[in-house]
Amino acid sequence: MIGNPRRGGRGTKRELVTMKPTFFNEMHDTDGAVRPHYGAYADWLAGTREEIIARKRAEADLAFHREGITFAVYGEEAGKERLIPFDIIPRIIPGDEWRQLQEGLRQRVKALNAFLRDIYHDQEILAAGRVPREQVIENAQYRPEMKGVDVAAGIYAHIAGVDLVRAGAGEYYVLEDNLRVPSGVSYMIEDRKMMMRLFPELFSRHKIAPVQHYPDLLLENLRTVAPRGVEDPTVVCLTPGAYNSAYFEHTFLAQQMGVELVEGRDLFVEDDAVYMRTTQGPRRVDVIYRRLDDDFLDPLAFRKDSMLGVPGLLAAYRAGRVTLANAIGAGVADDKSIYPYVPEMIRFYLGEEPILNNVPTYLLRKPEDRAYVLGHLPELVVKEVHGAGGYGMLVGPSSTREEIETFHRRIVAEPEKYVAQPTLALSNCPTFVESGVAPRHVDLRPFVLSGKHIEMVPGGLTRVALRDGSLVVNSSQGGGTKDTWVLED
Amino acid sequence: MLSRTADHLYWMSRYIERAENLARLLDVTHQMSLVPKSVHTENQNWGAILTLNSVEDRFAESYGEVNAENVLRFMLLDADNISSIYACLRAARENAHAVRGTLTSETWESCNTTWLEVRNQRFEHIIGTGIVQFLEWVKLRTALIRGVIFSTMLQDEAHHFIRLGNYIERADNTARILDVKYHALDGRGDEDDASDFYQWGALLRSLSAFEVYRKVYRDAITPTRVAELLILRLDMPRSLHACVRGVVQVLEAVRNEQSAATERLAETLHTQIHQAHIDGIFKHGLHAYLTEFMDRIYELGDGISRDFLVPEDR
Repeated sequence: MIGNPRRGGRGTKRELVTMKPTFFNEMHDTDGAVRPHYGAYADWLAGTREEIIARKRAEADLAFHREGITFAVYGEEAGKERLIPFDIIPRIIPGDEWRQLQEGLRQRVKALNAFLRDIYHDQEILAAGRVPREQVIENAQYRPEMKGVDVAAGIYAHIAGVDLVRAGAGEYYVLEDNLRVPSGVSYMIEDRKMMMRLFPELFSRHKIAPVQHYPDLLLENLRTVAPRGVEDPTVVCLTPGAYNSAYFEHTFLAQQMGVELVEGRDLFVEDDAVYMRTTQGPRRVDVIYRRLDDDFLDPLAFRKDSMLGVPGLLAAYRAGRVTLANAIGAGVADDKSIYPYVPEMIRFYLGEEPILNNVPTYLLRKPEDRAYVLGHLPELVVKEVHGAGGYGMLVGPSSTREEIETFHRRIVAEPEKYVAQPTLALSNCPTFVESGVAPRHVDLRPFVLSGKHIEMVPGGLTRVALRDGSLVVNSSQGGGTKDTWVLED
Repeated sequence: MLSRTADHLYWMSRYIERAENLARLLDVTHQMSLVPKSVHTENQNWGAILTLNSVEDRFAESYGEVNAENVLRFMLLDADNISSIYACLRAARENAHAVRGTLTSETWESCNTTWLEVRNQRFEHIIGTGIVQFLEWVKLRTALIRGVIFSTMLQDEAHHFIRLGNYIERADNTARILDVKYHALDGRGDEDDASDFYQWGALLRSLSAFEVYRKVYRDAITPTRVAELLILRLDMPRSLHACVRGVVQVLEAVRNEQSAATERLAETLHTQIHQAHIDGIFKHGLHAYLTEFMDRIYELGDGISRDFLVPEDR
């Protein structure tokens, strides 16, 4: 179907052109011509010898390994760490396209924060019947403990990792709003560092918007949401510990921001104030950038068996003595069963039409949706409402009959646990694979920061599904990453 | 600094030091085995290594007979033996991993690379001709890690706790080696002088003190001088005196509201060594002296944990 342009000799522009995209291709248009914003890069790639590319790729692997930029994989041998494959062909986004995306992201995250504030206070959107009440109140991610709590600056989702994909003729869709503990931003920064180290000449040929100041933006953002009256807030990053899959990122961000990386056992609560244990005695903590799920935060309030949390943290939080970023209970807004209502939120709170598209979503608790989905499983993607990380999903077109039957049974048994969406023809980006350069599906996760303002660095993390034909880009499922270039014009 | 961070740094440092000392000891014992002697004596030397690390029982469970190959197999790369070089490097790396944000990237990388490399070693490949190279490699890598730490890290609290771990581990180790080896040598009378020379030389070498000895005394090797060098000489980096003085200095730098008692303990120990004379120590009995010293070091470690780090029972 798609030729391999580099096998058996130097890749040339001519050979690359022979790729016939059946999906939207980031680099080539439907006639196979290089899109203008990829022009300079394609020239460079065509003019660079294969040995040099191979050497650079080996160099990148070695450096990532030596620096220990790894992630742990659940289900494999305990403590096993893997490299996330890094691909040296960047994903390039023209400046004007990014500006549009940025507007859409601001709008969306603003509405999501307004929604969270509303459902934990007056619940106007529920009273107006724009979002079904039981969908929110009975949601496992809805935290009644947060009812009536005034969080600093009214912000719940301080950090949002919004997953975007392109489909069809290149239009962008939001796939998920990750509002709990979105990860991946360290790879965005490390990928950029690696590209600059390997290919400095490319950075003089292009005007690429910088991303490395993300930790500064994040720190600034976290400081602006400190509890009222705190002049010079102490910020910490709370990690579940060294065995968490994103531990590298927790260390990375703490170090880059110059804040302490703490575990639950490093913190304690006294008189509704949070302290950390230091070699010089207890020290007050004002803002906790937590990379720990709600359930584990406080064994007195949530899971009793959590060894990772801080007893009494919820009480301190409710008393307004400490800020948690993201807020407890933010997960209800990124739940897959709430997702279909985000465009409604934008209309309701902002009085605007959504800039970014939502993917049509079938809620399997609805009988008419369920009947349709069960009849069309081989064409659809089915996801668990509370699933994440690409675990527990069915991609109809690439599944065996047994897999489809298994999902059929599961849906019939517990329909409310699933949603379904049409299989999107995810866009492709040329990527180095064993046989040479071949198109692979990509998505994009920009990181949107909300505090006094909404800010983000241009671009985000591009994830790429390395297996031929695979639509699952999650690193836990063998996905890789690419540097993302937003071109300044 | 977080108490837990200090704890990881302290233990990272102790495990690096432990791996190095173990490599020296095994190297010397291995070299000694090349000097002709009875099988019994040789196996005694290997057995002493197990005693030194208090792992005789553990060894007996899985290996049985004490001989060169079994002890090497157990102490080099046995992942289940928490005292093996393999396990020490793994523990050092795990501690470093937990605080990699506090370390310079060079420090982390040198720790991580050492672990990645030792993980790929197979005993079957190094038994025979590769033993010496492997132990040389361990000594070089640990020296490298220490060099990287002290030449790249800011001399702040993190640095202090790394040094603290280093001194405590080293003091304990020097005392142990001296005690066990001295005991073994002192009780013998059945072998000739040449063998004695090699035995004492080996002890010195295992503490990288052989050349130092020659330089300081310019004379034959006598037990009293060996003990003097390793206990009392302040300019000998592995002597008990040098280690304890290091502990005193660091404790002064990191002092907090609850550390006064621990500081006093270290100062008392330092004063005692400072004022001691080797004849007095022998009169008291070297074994008794070293046992007391090791007890004090244990108490110091305990006090440091309680005052600054993460005590086990919290």
